[in-house]
Parts: sequence; C-alpha cells; structure tokens
Amino acid sequence: MSEPIVLQPDETFILNVGPQHPATHGVLRVKMTMDGEFIYNAETVIGYIHRMHEKMAENRTYAQYMPNLSRLDYLSAMAYCHGYVLAVEKAASIEVPERAEYIRAITVEMNRISSHLVWFGAFVMDLGGFSPLMYAFDDREQILDLLEAVTGSRLTYCYFRFGGLYNDVDDDFIEGTRRFIKRMRKSLKMYHKLVTTNVILMKRLIGIGPVSVDLCQRYGATGPVARGSGINYDVRRNEPYSVYPEFDFDIPVYNEGDSFARYKVRMEEMEQSLRIIEQGLDKLPDGPVNPEKKPKTIKLPAGDYYTAVEAGRGSFGIRIVSDGDKSPYRLKLRSPTYSNMHLFDEACRGMLIADALAFMGSLDLVIPEMDR
Amino acid sequence: MIIETVKDKLRDLFPAAAEPAVTEHQAEKPETAEAEIGVFDCSYAKRGYHLDVRLAPDQLLSAVGILFDHGFFIESITGVDWIKDGQLEAVYDFCRYDFDLCRIVVRTRTPRANPILPTITGIYSGASWHERETHDFFGIVFEGHPHLIPLLLPEDADFHPLLKDFKA
Repeated sequence: MSEPIVLQPDETFILNVGPQHPATHGVLRVKMTMDGEFIYNAETVIGYIHRMHEKMAENRTYAQYMPNLSRLDYLSAMAYCHGYVLAVEKAASIEVPERAEYIRAITVEMNRISSHLVWFGAFVMDLGGFSPLMYAFDDREQILDLLEAVTGSRLTYCYFRFGGLYNDVDDDFIEGTRRFIKRMRKSLKMYHKLVTTNVILMKRLIGIGPVSVDLCQRYGATGPVARGSGINYDVRRNEPYSVYPEFDFDIPVYNEGDSFARYKVRMEEMEQSLRIIEQGLDKLPDGPVNPEKKPKTIKLPAGDYYTAVEAGRGSFGIRIVSDGDKSPYRLKLRSPTYSNMHLFDEACRGMLIADALAFMGSLDLVIPEMDR
Repeated sequence: MIIETVKDKLRDLFPAAAEPAVTEHQAEKPETAEAEIGVFDCSYAKRGYHLDVRLAPDQLLSAVGILFDHGFFIESITGVDWIKDGQLEAVYDFCRYDFDLCRIVVRTRTPRANPILPTITGIYSGASWHERETHDFFGIVFEGHPHLIPLLLPEDADFHPLLKDFKA
C-alpha cells in the first residue's frame, strides 16, 4: 500500500481540461485544481452548447416539438422521443395500437445497443486501445442501416407519432434485425474475450472512481451509474411503461461502484437489449401502427404531467405543464447525464488525473443532452 | 408502504390543515388558481406522481429533509412562471430507487417581484446545478447557495429567458 495522499492547498495550480479536449467527448470544461498529479478540487463548467430547448417548446405545438427531442442525446435519440410521445399520449388519453408499442420497444432497444457501442468504443479508446472502436462502429453501422431504412434518419430520429408510428416495419427489417442479433451475440463474445478480460483495462478500471449509494442519492444519479453502485433501479422495471412488462429480461447490477462495474453493467445491458428485441420480434402482433382516429391538433387538458423513461444513460423525465392550449405552458426536460456528471466534481477529489479521465469516460457523457 | 409514512410526516408540517386529502384536486380547477397549501394525493396513472406537496417557502427545508431521510433521490428542480398570479413556482421532483414506487412533487411559490427561496444544497448536494439552472432561467435567488453563478447561460447573462415576459 502506498502512503495516503496529503493534499497541500497552498501548492496547487489550475488545470483546464476542455472545452475542446478529446477525453470530454464534446464541449465540456473541467477546471481542476491540481496538487501535482492529484486533483485537489474540480469544477465542471457546462453550457457551451446550450440551445434552450425548453423555451422552444413554448413556441411550438406539441407535434412541432417532436424533432427537438432527438437532438438532445444524439446517440440514443429514440428513447427520448419515446418519453415525449408517452407523456403526450398519457395526458391527452390517446390509445396506441399494440403493434406500434412493440415496434417502439424494439427500435428503442436497438438504439440503446448502438449508443452503448459508441460508448464502448470511445471509452476503450480513451484508455489507449484504438481497435475496439473500429469493431464497435462496424456493429453500430448495421443498426443504423436497419433503423435508417424504417425511420428515414440515421441519428436524429423522428419516427414516433402521437398514437403510433411514422411507418410500419417490413420483412426486410425483421430479417435484418434477426441477422443482427446473431452477429451481435458473436461480437459481444469477442469483446469480452479481447477487452473485458484484458489486464490493462482491468488495472485502469477496477477500484477507480468509486461512487457510493449515498452519492447517487444526493446527486440523483440513475442508469448504469446507479446500477454500477448496487442500486437496482431501472425505470423499465421499477415503473413499467409501454410493453416492457411483456418481456423477460434482467437488470444487471454490480455492487462495486467502480468504473469497471459501470463497464460491466453496460456490456450486459447490450445482451439484455438483444433479448428484448428477439422477444419483441417473436411476439410482434399484426395490425395497424396508427390509431383509427386521433385528434388533428393535440391539446392537453390543463394540468401538470410527469413521465419518465429509461434512456441509454438513465432516467429521462419530461414534465409538461399545460394550460389547455396547443403548445405547452412549460416543458421541463430532466436529462440523466446532467445529474450523473454533477457527481464528478465531488467524486474525483484526490484522484490521479489519468484515473479521473477514465472515470469520466465511465459516466458515458453526451454533452448536448446535458446542456439542452 | 413508504407513501403512507411520508404522507403522515409531511402532514405534520401543516398543523392547521387537518382537512381530509383531496384526490384529483387539480382536475376540476384550472392550474392557475390561487395556490393552496397542503399535501394532496394524485392519480399516478394520470399525473405520473403520487403526492403533490404544496408549501410555503419556510417549510421547504423541513419537507425536503423528511424526503432525504426516507431515501428519496432528487430528480430535478425547475420553475414555472405564473405571470397572471404574479408568482414564480419552484417545482422539486423526488423519486425512490427501490420497488416501493413513490414519486413526490414539492412546490412552493414566491413573489415574482422579489423571488427568494432557501437553498436545499445542504441536504441534496446535487441540487446545486438544478438551482443554478433555475436561477438562470427564472431569476429565483436561492439564498445560501454556495456558488450561484450562471450555469447554462453565458457568464455575463442578465436576462431570464423562461419568464413569460422575456423578449429576445
């Protein structure tokens, strides 16, 4: 064991990480007060790409606001659109055909895998291994091609409609998805063999960046960050929505709370998402994907509504305050990365800077979602 | 059930309000009506939360303290500008990590002309960014906040874009 670190506040200097830095994966700045290689204090500065999505909501109708949702988290945009349509459907009491809900769940889970694949590649690249990124992007490309064929876009989807979908999936999509599931299972085995059990990766991650349950509670961390700290919280399970109760899947939870635990949670989540997609394709009912009649202009009854869904990075919540008009009186987006990143300031104190960047990668940041 | 325990504890904050719980109190009344004070049951299926706690600013810290002690985590803090009432409302969302599902919304109102609320960063450290954001967007001053500088807006911003009378 090495000697405990004694920090000397009078011998510190300021180090600026970002706003343009490869390890921050976007425009994020961390002002670190350093004592040599060790972090004495850190202050995260965000807001560089703040676009005021919440004000935009007040100037648009509910339908016009739909494209904004996929511009928050550009890696798992589908889940955000899902949360929004669920919120409006709940408040306006719009029935959704079963087939549409199944297709929503399938596409959301595919998008979750593609998001985790980007994280996997970029995270391992942060730690110095370049080639996994290439493999991960190759697999992700299969998903993007499949989703592009149905939704019409590769990243910023606007596929869901209030009460249904933009269009139905065809046989090509179903066959292609089944082929992809096979391929992805093989790739995951390879990733585990090449990366998970790699001793360099383990040494960089095990015991680094511990996040306690108390820290999660005080900062409101959700998603893989909470599940890596032994908190069995997943909105899909705790607060079932859509057709998720129909599926048999596990929520991976690890108790260590270190970066490796978060790594393992996400790797296993990809397997579970594959299970959901497979079951969804097996159970996919026939029928229409849009309701027979739905109101032309959506107006929500006056009141205040909250809806949460499990996005790629944690619990994404939408609060809509309506005054009965055709655009929201107030719309609040609760983004998971915002809370997950906030705990970084406190958790990274006393850490080596190289470890802190590994820790930051394990939080899986998407900056546009944080800045909104 | 945690909801019963918390409800009783929260009701203790309102000595005078011994009236029975009103279910779905908002459904009939328009949202802009004069804010009443108390703990209200809500239909989860319709609203997405179980309890709606409306309180005066000086009760905020004790209510939030009760929620912290019962293992709630903070989801978000935000504001709503009720310009017709001349009031700003701060909305605090809380939820739980376990399967005893309970979502609680705490709201409090402050005059629009001089919006001051106590900070809850002493209880939930994660409230810091949420309060800074609410300060950016609505100009609500969270008294006692250790670092109330703009978070999402530029550092020299002197406007509050989510106020209803904001003109770009």
